Amino acid sequence: MVDTQTPEVPGYPFQRDLRCPLAPSPTAREVRERAPLSRVRLWNGSTPWLITRHADQRALLTDERVSDDDRYPGFPYVNEHRADIAGKTPRMITNTDAPEHTRLRRTVNAPFVVKRIEAMRPAIQKIVDGLIDEMLAGPNPADLLTAFALAVPSLVIADLLGVPYDDHEFFQVNSSKALDGALSAAEAGAASRALGEYLGKLLRVKMDEPDGAVLSEMGERVKNGEMTFEEASNMGVAMLIAGHETTATMISLGTLALLQHPEQLAELRESEDPKFIANAAEELLRYLTIVQTGVRRVAKADIEYNGTLIREGEGMVFELHAANWDPEAFPEPDRLDLHRSARTHQAFGYGPHQCLGQSLARLELQVVYGTLYRRIPTLRLAAPIEQLAFDHTGTTYGVRCLPVAW
Amino acid sequence: MRVELDEPKCVASGQCVMAAPDVFDQNEDDGVAFLLTEEVAEDQLDSVREAVAICPAAAIRLLAS
Repeated sequence: MVDTQTPEVPGYPFQRDLRCPLAPSPTAREVRERAPLSRVRLWNGSTPWLITRHADQRALLTDERVSDDDRYPGFPYVNEHRADIAGKTPRMITNTDAPEHTRLRRTVNAPFVVKRIEAMRPAIQKIVDGLIDEMLAGPNPADLLTAFALAVPSLVIADLLGVPYDDHEFFQVNSSKALDGALSAAEAGAASRALGEYLGKLLRVKMDEPDGAVLSEMGERVKNGEMTFEEASNMGVAMLIAGHETTATMISLGTLALLQHPEQLAELRESEDPKFIANAAEELLRYLTIVQTGVRRVAKADIEYNGTLIREGEGMVFELHAANWDPEAFPEPDRLDLHRSARTHQAFGYGPHQCLGQSLARLELQVVYGTLYRRIPTLRLAAPIEQLAFDHTGTTYGVRCLPVAW
Repeated sequence: MRVELDEPKCVASGQCVMAAPDVFDQNEDDGVAFLLTEEVAEDQLDSVREAVAICPAAAIRLLAS
């Protein structure tokens, strides 16, 4: 156990430099430049491998010996809670490997089929336009996060699942509370349970009166024996949780990044080219890479990788922001460039576990980035960037409040 | 050029459909990709190369026909 005593093994997640709140931690760059594979120290003193380079992440995250099964003792758990529940949770797409993972994932993919998601574009445009109307009619300045960014994914997911319009307010208020870091664990937990109960009840209703939306469809799979009732209702909650804060953060931080680059914001605002807007969304995903706890895996066999031996049972952490700022993959990575080819970024992870909801996230971001600045051309920060409070502790990086005026 | 899809590896991310909708499509019920054509025309090469690069399951290969 010499490694745990060696002072040069840095703690992980890395600390960012507060003077550059949108850039990855300087430590991420240092370790990436020093060696392809290195060690980091986690909350429990364990020292898994850290993989920082884009090409190495691609190779290892598609290697069949690299496992997402958290029952292996060497698994590099994100925190104590995750370590405690490992092995006690049902087998899901988030803790299984092929072929079990492949089978499970194929039962939950249908809602995210690209053409089906694309068909939601007019509905999402309507939601975004409606929220902008409301924000413009309300107080100025406003917090972009609560007045707009959190509401977009909440209403979109409500639409996708088939939550009746009259329940949208309940759904939105509780999903925001469930993820609000400023609330106590008890309050957030109560909101989360209320949502779970609500979705369970709604699933029963939809099983009797199907409407063609995703909950009804999962209800059909329950009836056919493809999924259990519990799996279907858990999946509904998971879709909400996974797609809510992440999308909201890409809206708020994306806006902040663009306000720091006014010439590029102007180009985006004036563009009517859907390809350019889509590319801008990819570049913002790359540049911001909001997942800050890394992708966690464990080696289920010895892996000889470019002269280094990763032993069976050793943990592996894939630092996504480091890979997305790897100059070998993205020249001048610290430059936001809405024209660059950013499509191979790993902001959604890489390998068979890559984000399930990425097609929906992309569509939401394309609609928001293509609409918000065009509708509010005078949008500006209403507080100096130095005064903004960033969230360094969650799974995703974010800003707690984004005061804007117009 | 010819494109090959390793269907059992496909995790249905739909990335290939986004990159090259003329060459790839997805099943409606499980999202698994299928080929609309095996032969890749000259003007489809760039988009298929992008699909190869972004497929998270590394399930697509471009071969000389």
